[in-house]
Order: sequence, then C-alpha cells, then structure tokens
Amino acid sequence: MTTKSLLQAIHDGLAGEMRADETVMVLGEDVGRAGGVFRVTEGLQEEFGEYRVMDTPLAESLIAGAAIGLSVNGMRPVAEIQFADFIPPAFDQIVSEAARFYYRSGGAYYVPITVRVPYGVVPGGALYHSQSVEAWFCNTPGLKVVAPTYPADAEGLLRSAIRDPNPVVFFEHKRCYRLLKEEVPEGGAVVPVGKARIHRAGTDLTVVSYGFVLHQALEVAEKLSTEHGVEAEVVEPLTLYPLDRGTIVDSAKKTGKVLVASEANLTGSVSAEIAAVVAREAFEWLDAPVMRLGAPDVPTAPFAKPLLESFMPGAEKIEAALLELARY
Amino acid sequence: MAMKQTRSRHEALALGAEELLKIYRHMLSARRTDERMWILNRQGKAAFVVSCQGQEAAQVGAAYNLRPGHDYAYPYYRDAGIVMTLGMTARDQLLSLMGKGEDPNSGGRQMPGHFSSRELNIVTASAPIGVQFPQAAGTALAFKMRKEDGVVLASGGEASTSGGDWHEAMNFAGVHDLPVVFLVQNNVYSISTPEPLQVAGSIAARAEGYGFPGVAVDGNDVLAVYEVARGAVERARRGEGPTLIEAKTYRLTGHSSDDDDRRYREREEIEEWRLKDPIPRFERYLLENGVLDEEGRDEIDGKVKAEVKEASDYAENAPFAESGFALEGVYAVVGGKR
Repeated sequence: MTTKSLLQAIHDGLAGEMRADETVMVLGEDVGRAGGVFRVTEGLQEEFGEYRVMDTPLAESLIAGAAIGLSVNGMRPVAEIQFADFIPPAFDQIVSEAARFYYRSGGAYYVPITVRVPYGVVPGGALYHSQSVEAWFCNTPGLKVVAPTYPADAEGLLRSAIRDPNPVVFFEHKRCYRLLKEEVPEGGAVVPVGKARIHRAGTDLTVVSYGFVLHQALEVAEKLSTEHGVEAEVVEPLTLYPLDRGTIVDSAKKTGKVLVASEANLTGSVSAEIAAVVAREAFEWLDAPVMRLGAPDVPTAPFAKPLLESFMPGAEKIEAALLELARY
Repeated sequence: MAMKQTRSRHEALALGAEELLKIYRHMLSARRTDERMWILNRQGKAAFVVSCQGQEAAQVGAAYNLRPGHDYAYPYYRDAGIVMTLGMTARDQLLSLMGKGEDPNSGGRQMPGHFSSRELNIVTASAPIGVQFPQAAGTALAFKMRKEDGVVLASGGEASTSGGDWHEAMNFAGVHDLPVVFLVQNNVYSISTPEPLQVAGSIAARAEGYGFPGVAVDGNDVLAVYEVARGAVERARRGEGPTLIEAKTYRLTGHSSDDDDRRYREREEIEEWRLKDPIPRFERYLLENGVLDEEGRDEIDGKVKAEVKEASDYAENAPFAESGFALEGVYAVVGGKR
C-alpha cells in the first residue's frame, strides 16, 4: 500500500495502463512537456514519447474527434479536456459521435476512449474554471460517466474506463486533487464502472454525494454521530450514468430518509435523477421527502472569495439539511 | 482533322482497359442505383433519398486509389460512389434505403446514405456536417504512430469546410504531416445556399495556409480526379503528409427527396451541367479511345441495370429488424482489441 493523493492516483493509473498496453495513449492541451496544468500527466511524455503523450492544438472538438478516430484504428486514447468549462466545443464529438458509433453502426464500430475532465469549484476559478457539467452527459445513451472522489477509486476506475469498450467521461474534482490522500493498493485494484460505494454505514439517514461535497458530507456525518447520535449512511455513486440504482435504493429503503448533495446547479442535475429514482422505487419505505442540496441556479462560483462562499453548498448547509431530515 | 495523340490520357496514367472499365462500372452502378432509389421513393416504397448524381467521377476517381479494408474512408452522405468502389453493392444501398434489417450500415437504424462497414474500413457516418474530419485525422495519426502505410480519405461537400471541425483537422494534419487526403466535393449547393454565400475565396488555396498542397480539379473528369488523388494517396503513403483536393462538380438532383430545388435554382443551370455529366463524358472518352464500343456499353449497362433490379426486389422483400433491435446494442459489452 502506498499513500497517494487523488492526482497521484490518476497519474499512476494512466502510467500503469500505458505500460501494460501499448495502444493506450494520452492527448490534450499541455499534457506533454508541461505534464498538464495540474501535473496529472507529469513525466509520462519522458517515459512514453511525444506521440503517446501528445500536446495537441487548443481545439477541443479536434481532441475528442481525433480520439474517436484513433480508437477506430486500434488505439485506446485518453483525451484530457483541460477544464470542464472548455468542453462545450467537444460536445458534438462526444455526445453525437462517440456515444453513438456503436448503436448507429449496428455494433460494428465501438469507441474505447476515455475523456478526462477536471471539474468543480476551486478558489479563484471563477466562471470558466469551476463548473460541474456532468449532468450534460448524463442523458446521453452510449456514454458512461464516472466521477470518483477518493484516490483508490479513481485509480481503479480509470483502469476500468480505459479498458471499457465504450466512451467514458471521467470527471476529476480539482479541489480534491491534492487535498485527498489515502492508501492505494500496489498496482491499483480495478474498480468496476457501474457500481456505487458505501463509504460509511448508517441507520438513520442516507446521503448520496460525490466530489468535494462528498468529502464534506463524510466529515459532517462523523460530527452528527458524535454530537447528535445520528448515524448517516454515505453512498457515492462513482458512476453517474448509468446509475447503480440498486445500491442507492437499498440504502434509501434501509434508512427511509435521503439527502442528495453535490455542487452542481440543482435544476436538471444528477441529484434530480437520483431523487426521482428513490422517490419512485423506495416510496413506501420513505419517512421524509427526498431532499436535495446543490448550487443555486446561477452560472457557477464567482471569482471573489465571499461571492464564491455564498455559491457553495458548504458543510454548514449539509449539516443543517441532515439535522432537518433527522428530525423529520 | 484532329491529330491522333501519341499517348492517350489513360496510358499516361498506366491505366489499362480492364481498370478503366472497372472505374466506369463503379460510376454507372452508383448512378443506376441512385436512379432506382428515386423511383422507389416516388412509388412510396422509400421514405428518403439523398443522391450522388453528378458527383460519381469525384467519388470513384478518388476512392479507386484506396486499398479496401486496409486504408480508411470517412465518406459523407452523398458518397455512394466511394463506398461502392470500395466494395459495397447495390443490394447494400437498397437495403439501407428501405431501412431493412440486413442494411449493412446500421440494420435500419440510420437514414440512407449514412455509410458504415467494419470490413471495408468505411467509418460510420452521421448527419452533422464536418464531424468526420477530426476523426479521420485521428485515424491517420494511428497509422503514423505505428509506422504503417495506411491512408485515410476524408470526404465532404463544400459546406463542410465552413465549420471549425474541418479547419481543426486541416491544422492538426498539417502539424503532424498525417497520411490523410481531404476530398472536398464542391457541388455548388448546400441545400439551397449557393457557393458564393458559403465559400470565401478558394477552398483549395486554404491548404497553403496549413502548410500542405491543395489542388482544385475538374470533379466531373474521372481521370483528372484519379490522377490528383493518386498523387495525394502516394504522397500520404510515403509519409509526406496530407493533401487537400477540391473537386469542382455539381449536384444534379435536389438536396434530397424532400427538397424542391425549383425554389432556388434555374432549370437552365441544371441543363448546362447535364451536358457535363461525368458518366456520358467518360463513356465518350472510352468510345473514342477504343476501350469500349456501343455494344460493350449496352452490355455493361444491361448487367448493371439487372443487378440493380435484383437488388431492389431483394430489398423490397427483405424483413425489417425485430422491433427489439431499437432498444438494444447501446453499449459494447466485449472490448477485445481489433
């Protein structure tokens, strides 16, 4: 076991897959010589050369489209979109092309690409380095969307994503890159796409969350246990699309109370889908309405610090929501 | 009295009679199949037709240089001439037209003209314009990375050069000297919008800005297209990089069977271009050069028509996919290497 940050785990997952399979490659903006703006790909170009770790022009549609074309011709590309906020130009290639190759060719062409997307609010990130855009991709049949939060899951899921024959959009929360550290098995255990994780067992209520908000929710859960004797079960979907409905619904049935929390804009969010699933499939087990916590429907976190703080859900709001749910 | 040339054009290109007749037959098959599609549409047996008519020389002349199943093709929806040169048949086209289960492109999921064949390396196409170019660049990059001599033909109409994808792909192909041939079939109309409102300056000349050759060619002269495309494919195979070919041609039909082109172009204009129709033009060349006589021409046309008729009957009688086919096959389950 080695203690790794989220960033190191993703780096190691990439390097490991590249060593094991010579068709695995990385392409994106500044991923080569600079090792990525976050240093996720640091050292990879030195080890694997400038084609397998390719600095591309600043053209996201090209990056996604070229990844598709590479995969058609025997490669397993991992494309990096530098910030989630820059993904809209690649939307057509990901949503209308990669996601549909398999279906529209009657199963003749599959697209084993992974699109890595750093997302989420960081201080100073402002309107174009902060967004949580995962919901855009979560009603696109043919895509898989994953968003691991902790290092071991991230390394294991990245390995699965690269080996998956389908296009996988892989979200990495930027604020967690260096903040979250944990022990990761040597070589990285493979974590399957499509399975949720129960981080903390509990009996009184369920929190379904991912990203930085998940980390906060786990801290709040410990506090509630100590201060109020309320035991929260904390579930991380890991795969946002298609959802592991079973694990989420089972937890809802067990506790009867559910909060879904993320930092994405609330309306039309992944949380909305989770809430709908729980409301339909666990209705008779529920003791309270399904609650959601998210960012307000304004573009994203502004630049100035006080403005940013008023945007984020935050630990206090999570605690208040859980106490309200506990008392319901 | 005209002087007899010492060497004919095809001899200069080292094309023998057999090859010329293959090229002719590909063009004719694409045309006759297309004509049959319109009849089936007018009979109420086919919901939608999108046509290759007028562009067969550009398509066949270019695709004839590829090695099917080794090189890659990214066609657009008019490229029946390309895919039939690579090995798709009239039957394939008509199964697709009617959305039948045996449609090799998609099993009846896609509209006609959205070509796909894994065996022939014809990469599944969609309707949005220009998306194939970045994909083609990526496929070419894989060849280059493995030091293989594969070539990628990426084809589109003049309107596909207006969006960002085309320019992003041209730039990337230029940066890495990728083995890709960009074939732009400038057929003057994008649905109703004429070339002067679609294209600034010259498409062919844009290649210079990306650092590789761009050639404008008479797209209705199959030997001229063949010659230019052969040079481009050989250049790509040698690892010297991409070429842009602008084949100047004309769309002889409406945009599709749902389009009434009387709203935006004069009949006289179409009639003028009919005189330059690439198929009779090549036929005249073959007759004048003694490659074909009238009897031989009629025999080939008879065979092609019979083939199309058989294909049409077959497709009409072929079953649709089971309705469950709509709801399955969204995700690949096994991810074995190709």
